[in-house]
Order: sequence, then C-alpha cells, then structure tokens
Amino acid sequence: MTTTAAKPTAVTAPVDHAAGKSRVELKNVSRGFGEDWAREEVVRNLTFEIKPGDLTCIVGPSGCGKSTIVNMVAGYDHPDSGEILLNGQKVVGPAKDRMVVFQETALMPWQTTFDNVVFGPRLRHEGSRPEIEKEAHRLLEKVGLGEFKQKYPSQLSGGMQRRAELARALINRPLLLIMDEPFRGLDAMSRPLMQEFFLRLFEENRRTNLFVTSEIEEAIFLADRLVVLSNRPAQVRAVIEIPLPRPRQFHMMSSPEVFEIKRQALEILHDEAMKSFGGAAHFAHRGPAEHEARA
Amino acid sequence: MSVIAHDVYAGDRTPARRQQPTGFGMALHRAKKGLRSPTPYLMVFGIAVWLFAYWLLCEGLSLPRFEKIPGPVTILSDWISANPQQGTSIYTPDYYQHIYVSCRRILIAFVLATALGVPLGLLMGWSAKVKDYTFPLFETLRPIPIMAWVPLAILMFAGYETPVIFLATLASFFATTLNTMLGVQSIDESYFRAAGCLGSRKRDVFWHVVVPGAMPFIFTGLQISIGVAWFSLVAAEMVSGDFGLGYLILSSYVNSVTVPMVIGMLTLGFVGWFSSAIVRFVGNRLMQWHVKALAMQGR
Ligand SMILES: Nc1ncnc2c1ncn2[C@@H]1O[C@H](COP(=O)(O)OP(=O)(O)OP(=O)(O)O)[C@@H](O)[C@H]1O
Ligand SMILES: [Mg+2]
Repeated sequence: MTTTAAKPTAVTAPVDHAAGKSRVELKNVSRGFGEDWAREEVVRNLTFEIKPGDLTCIVGPSGCGKSTIVNMVAGYDHPDSGEILLNGQKVVGPAKDRMVVFQETALMPWQTTFDNVVFGPRLRHEGSRPEIEKEAHRLLEKVGLGEFKQKYPSQLSGGMQRRAELARALINRPLLLIMDEPFRGLDAMSRPLMQEFFLRLFEENRRTNLFVTSEIEEAIFLADRLVVLSNRPAQVRAVIEIPLPRPRQFHMMSSPEVFEIKRQALEILHDEAMKSFGGAAHFAHRGPAEHEARA
Repeated sequence: MSVIAHDVYAGDRTPARRQQPTGFGMALHRAKKGLRSPTPYLMVFGIAVWLFAYWLLCEGLSLPRFEKIPGPVTILSDWISANPQQGTSIYTPDYYQHIYVSCRRILIAFVLATALGVPLGLLMGWSAKVKDYTFPLFETLRPIPIMAWVPLAILMFAGYETPVIFLATLASFFATTLNTMLGVQSIDESYFRAAGCLGSRKRDVFWHVVVPGAMPFIFTGLQISIGVAWFSLVAAEMVSGDFGLGYLILSSYVNSVTVPMVIGMLTLGFVGWFSSAIVRFVGNRLMQWHVKALAMQGR
C-alpha cells in the first residue's frame, strides 16, 4: 500500500474554542530513574514554555530524555521535582485534554479504524451516538482515510496509521496535542507528505502543539520555536524562534534565514552528540558543516 | 534540467479493486483456488504412502511383532461392516454410545475449564494483587501430572462420571488459565496508555483492552486445553469408566479384541481433530483483526 498525499478537505468543522488558547509551562522539572545508589538523572531542571497556538519542537540527541518529557507532560509519569502547568493547572495524570500521538503506533489492533477514532468519546459518553459518528466520519475524511474506516490498523500503511492516530486524538478536541517523533520510521516518500499534511492541519486552527523530533529540518519546517536539548540529562541548551511566515511552504527551507538557524542548532546538537561519544570524541572531527552536508 | 512527464495513466479511472464475490461464489472461488494449489494432492499422496507402509508391515509382509496388530484392510472392513467380527463398527449402537459419552464429558469439562480459567487468568494477568494471592499455589499444583490426581478424584467424587470430568477439567483449566494470564501480560503498555489518555475508566480498560488484547493467547490456550482435556479424559476413562472411547480401547485390549481397540484410537484422533478445528474456527471468527494482521505478514 502506498501513502497518498491527502489534503485536508474543507468540511465545515464544529467550532473548537479550546484550540490555540492553551499555555503549557514546565518549571524546574527533573526526573531520574533507578535506585537511590545508582540513580541516573534523565531530565534536569527543565524550564520552558509552550505559548498558546504555538507549535513548539523539542529537538535533542537520540536517547536524551525526550520521551520522558513527553510522558510527564501527558501525565503518565511524574517529575521528581518541579511542576508542569497546563493553563495554570498542575498536571497530575493522563486526561483527554492532552492527547499523545506516540512514537510507535498505539491504535488498538482489535478495533477498526473507525472504532479506534470513536473510542474516546464513546466511552466518555460525550454527545449522542450519531453526533460522535458524524464527527468521526468528518475527521477520517479529513485525514484522507474515508475509504479505510472499516479496515484494521494492520491493514493500513505507516502513514495512514499516523493519520488515523491524529484523527483519534483530534476527535477529543484536546487543549494540547503532543507528538513524539510521529514520523520516525516512515519512508522517505511519505515523510515529507505527512509533514506537509500535518502542517496544514495545524495551521487550520493552531491547536497548541508539543512536537518531538530528532530531525532538525523537520523541526524548523514545522515549528514556531525550537527547544534544543542537551545530551542526557536533558537540559535546555537553546530556544530558537523560527521567524518563517505561515502557511509554511517547502521552498522557505532554502532561505538564508533557515540556513543560519540550522547551522546554529546543528552546532549545539553536534556538540551534544559528541559528548555522548565520550572518550571517542577526539576521533570524530566532523564539524557541523559536514554534518549538514549529510542531512 | 527539464523533466518530461509521461502521464499515460492520466485518463484511466478504473477502480483498483473489483467487487468481492459473496456466499456461494466465494466458496466456489476458494475451492477452485485450493484445487489449483499442490496442497490437496500432496496431502492425499502423503496419507496413501503412510497407509501403504502400515499395510506392508502388518498385512503385506506380516513382520514379526506386527502380526498381532490388525492391518488397515482388517480394520476398515470391520469398521464399515454391518456384522463386525470383533463387535464394533459404524452399525453398532455401542460405538456411538462411546463417542457420545466421551464427547459429552469433554464438552462439560471444556466449558467448565474455560468458564473458570479465562476469568481467573484475566484477573491474574491484570491485577498484581490477584496474581500474588494465587500464583504460588497455582504453580505448585500445575506440574502435578493428571494421573497423580486419579486416586484423589475417585475418593472425592462418587460414581464414574464426576471423577472423569473432574480430571479432564483440571488439566484444561491449568492450560487455559496460564495462557490467558500470559496473554494479558503480552499486551503492549502503549495500549493501556492510549486508553488512559482517552479517559477510560478501569472497567473500560478491562473490557476494551485487556480482554481483546489477550484474545489471541486465550484461543491458543483453548486449543491446547481441549487437547489436554482429551488426553486426561482417555487416561481417566481407562482407570475409571463404564463407557467412553478410553474405556473402549482398554476393555478391547483386556478382552483381546484388537480391532475395536484401533477403531477407538482412530475415532479419538478424528474427534479430537474436529474439536480443535471448532475451537480454531470460533477463534478466527471472533478475531478477524488477528487473522488479517497475520495475513498482512504473509502467514
Ligand atoms: N521507566 C524508565 N526506567 C528506567 N529508565 C528509563 C525509563 N524511561 C526512560 N529511561 C531512560 O531514560 C533515558 C532517556 O529515554 P527516553 O526514551 O526519554 O529518550 P528519547 O530522547 O525519547 O530517546 P529516543 O530518541 O530513542 O526516542 C534512556 O536512557 C532510558 O533508558
Ligand atoms: Mg523517544
């Protein structure tokens, strides 16, 4: 099966007042794992803010603790110290106001695509059955899965699964959408298609978004701000604003501005990646410029 | 650089998929496809080779140690004869009585074991507390061979029927419970997380994640369980019984009539095969998602 580029189609959507109005703050968040005597800090003293209507990208070297941050914001895990606030309220556990699109697909394999999408509202008894189903049909059309509603997740391609998961998250109208490397593992053809598709979806109502990736190009293309993390324990190394206008287009990626941002970010990331190499660092003399040439 | 696009398919709007046949058409399609594959021919050939070897050993060459064993021709002619020389054939009501009694016992044992084992396994897999309470005892009793329970079963239960059913139930109960528990433990954490942020309550998680997620393991367990149920049933019938295929086999041996003995064995084989086929069929019916996922992996 191949992934087709599905443009969000213009179907009248119910007004979603929550979208684009929520603010997330992380204040001195720290988290470690392991017993006291062998405790390894994974996240250290993390402070940053996700502004309402912004798409904030967390970029960091692989294994630096990005998913740990995601888990804490989602409420699956709790900081050892510090706090996470959503619109001023402390996050204590998972809830439908923060939806996560996971690194690996988490569609229930025993439910059809359609049943996956209606799962949340149906269980919470929100609205009548026809209302829920109408909204599910609308969202599935929108993500280009109109003909795949009755298929099981295993019958969808990777890109389709990601879109089905987006629909399942969006039907709950979350205050914050969290995406943990959602396009990792997609092939080189469908990845840019998914990025563009997702951009259009985001730009439609600018639902506050926390997006995790280890690809700097992807981050710059999508984000309003980059939060560049250090190697483990994850700390904020830099916050970079992306001044590109919206709607974003692929051609913007070749502007000198982007080039400069990329250089800065890569320099930091390269620095951090070298640290994780430890003793082997002096063997690898590749500078950021070469790093970039490979990207 | 210029790119020349040869858009030859631009005008072709034929759908990529044709209408799927339904009902009888589908059955016909499957039968045709099956006959075109080598599978049925290989199977028939395989069976023929084994039967021939069996015939050669017992009847063709009558090798030493084999001459007392009834060969395929003797068995088949007795099996389908209206006046069987050794007393058991498809025309004797006794034969069906044995089959019926064994099947009824299996059915009761299997239903009991499933009704007890699946819920217990689900709870053991889902709740650490339930597992802590039950697992040590479970793991101590499970390795006891079912034959070791026979004296206790006869002491505990009166008559022929209940001890036999108890033994078959016990064996399949352990298989079902263990597999169900492993099934729950095999469910990926991410489904629980997804259900968590979608706002499901504990009860919903149980019904919509734990139960369907464990289903493939449960049905593997049920297939094993019906197999061990037959195994322990026949063993039990040989020790204590008045009817049933196990009883038929042993009493024929005791009375030196070897043909009904082998007929009993073969009948057990067919009935056992049929019963696991039913379990598999029900499983595949209930788990279309699993069948399709396996098909996508080319299995
Ligand atoms: N529950 C846990 N218990 C123990 N260690 C953990 C736990 N969760 C994460 N870690 C450790 O924290 C570190 C960071 O993990 P994390 O998954 O957050 O990184 P990541 O940046 O998301 O990596 P990736 O790029 O592979 O997605 C890893 O070394 C991991 O071993
Ligand atoms: Mg991760």
